[in-house]
Amino acid sequence: MTWVLNNLEQIIELTLVHIRLSILPIVVGFLVSIPLGWVAHRYRHTRGLILTVVGLLYTIPSLALFVILPPVLGIPYTSEANVLIALSIYAVAIMARSMADALASVDPDITQAATAVGFSSWRRFWTVEFPLAGPVLLAGLRVVAVSTVSLLTVGVVVGVGSLGYLFTNGSQRGILASVLAGVVATVLIALVFDRVLALLGLWLMPWTRSERRARTSIVDPSRSATA
Amino acid sequence: MNLFLDAFAWLLDPASWQGPSSIAVRIGEHLFYTALAVLIGAAVAIPVGWLIGHTGRGREIAVGVAGAARALPSFGLLFLFVMIAGVLLRGPSTILVLVLLAVPPILAGAYAGLEVIDRRVIDAARAVGMTEWQILWKVEVPLGLPLLLGGLRGGTLQVVATAVLAAFVNLGGLGLPIVEGIALRDYGRMLGAAMLIIALALLLDALFAVLDRVAIPRGVRAGRVTDVRTASPRRRAAADPPATTEKETV
Repeated sequence: MTWVLNNLEQIIELTLVHIRLSILPIVVGFLVSIPLGWVAHRYRHTRGLILTVVGLLYTIPSLALFVILPPVLGIPYTSEANVLIALSIYAVAIMARSMADALASVDPDITQAATAVGFSSWRRFWTVEFPLAGPVLLAGLRVVAVSTVSLLTVGVVVGVGSLGYLFTNGSQRGILASVLAGVVATVLIALVFDRVLALLGLWLMPWTRSERRARTSIVDPSRSATA
Repeated sequence: MNLFLDAFAWLLDPASWQGPSSIAVRIGEHLFYTALAVLIGAAVAIPVGWLIGHTGRGREIAVGVAGAARALPSFGLLFLFVMIAGVLLRGPSTILVLVLLAVPPILAGAYAGLEVIDRRVIDAARAVGMTEWQILWKVEVPLGLPLLLGGLRGGTLQVVATAVLAAFVNLGGLGLPIVEGIALRDYGRMLGAAMLIIALALLLDALFAVLDRVAIPRGVRAGRVTDVRTASPRRRAAADPPATTEKETV
């Protein structure tokens, strides 16, 4: 406890860095997955291809990806871009499947009704399908947020500072409090992100407030996507 | 691309494959940790998952465990357990962390596999006089096999990815050449090991894909939707036409 108090400044600083580095991959994953998931949902041929590729990408262990990305992209190992790109790849991999699943969860009768009253496919997507896909999409986004925060800690191995520094540093110097503080802070960030997204969902999708309990389905039993 | 040549040079160098620190030993260690953790995890998670799925009670526990486990940073947990248990017990501590990672997906797969079964099938089994035990073994378990295998696949991939970190507590595995490579600034070795890890993960994934086809009874496959996780469990449980075909008509 005294160690934590003495090093509070450093812990807070690392926490802020951790939060800053986590946000970008989550946002990228969300934005990229919208067109990708739509294409996967809309056309049968691209569906198999896209979902297989993102499934394989997600199969790559994070540390291996951190090691292999820099020479492929020609960036230094210790650059933040390395970890940010790797985590964005994972985020896209989860979200693209989530988006395809979310669009598939929209009642086809509703989309047909929208078409029947004259919605263009562009307008139908943004005003009907996308909002109705929201709850499933949100579930995917919450998974992405939590796993991004957790995976970011591994980045310290290739020299990208985050709360993971408290793990390696604490382990090398034999300070249990350091490792424990790192674990607690990481879990707290993940929980806060998860709550914020859940509340954002309730605010943006008021119709889910009453049926919230029914919507929280069990998470995807498999990490990989190829069925 | 020069670094990739270094990586292949390291992978193809006969010296890398000899002695007590050869690549083959590292692969063996890696597979050993993975197999052990998945087996223990399965031994714990499958019975519990089936119990939850069969009785329908404790669903919140399964959801909660799966959610909470994702938030835990395995990297930190590994150091934490090893420091608490002591360096001598670092082997069991590492296996424990890997088991903790394997349990949630397997539990979810075992439980969800039973949950998505059409309720009428189970009612029918009960109506023809099957005991609860028979219903579980002859109806629910075979029908839940696809999702259970999906869970095992997810758990295995999770563990194989995290077993890389065992090298940070001096337990070898394929993470060790990466740790050594970082220390020695030997990027070829790092990259070679990373490629091996990726290959191993993809191989295991492919193995499960094959297993998926072989292990599932013909009757289950016949009534299977093309993509098991596309449709929501509820919709499939009600024996509606699968969502994959529905959406093509939109």
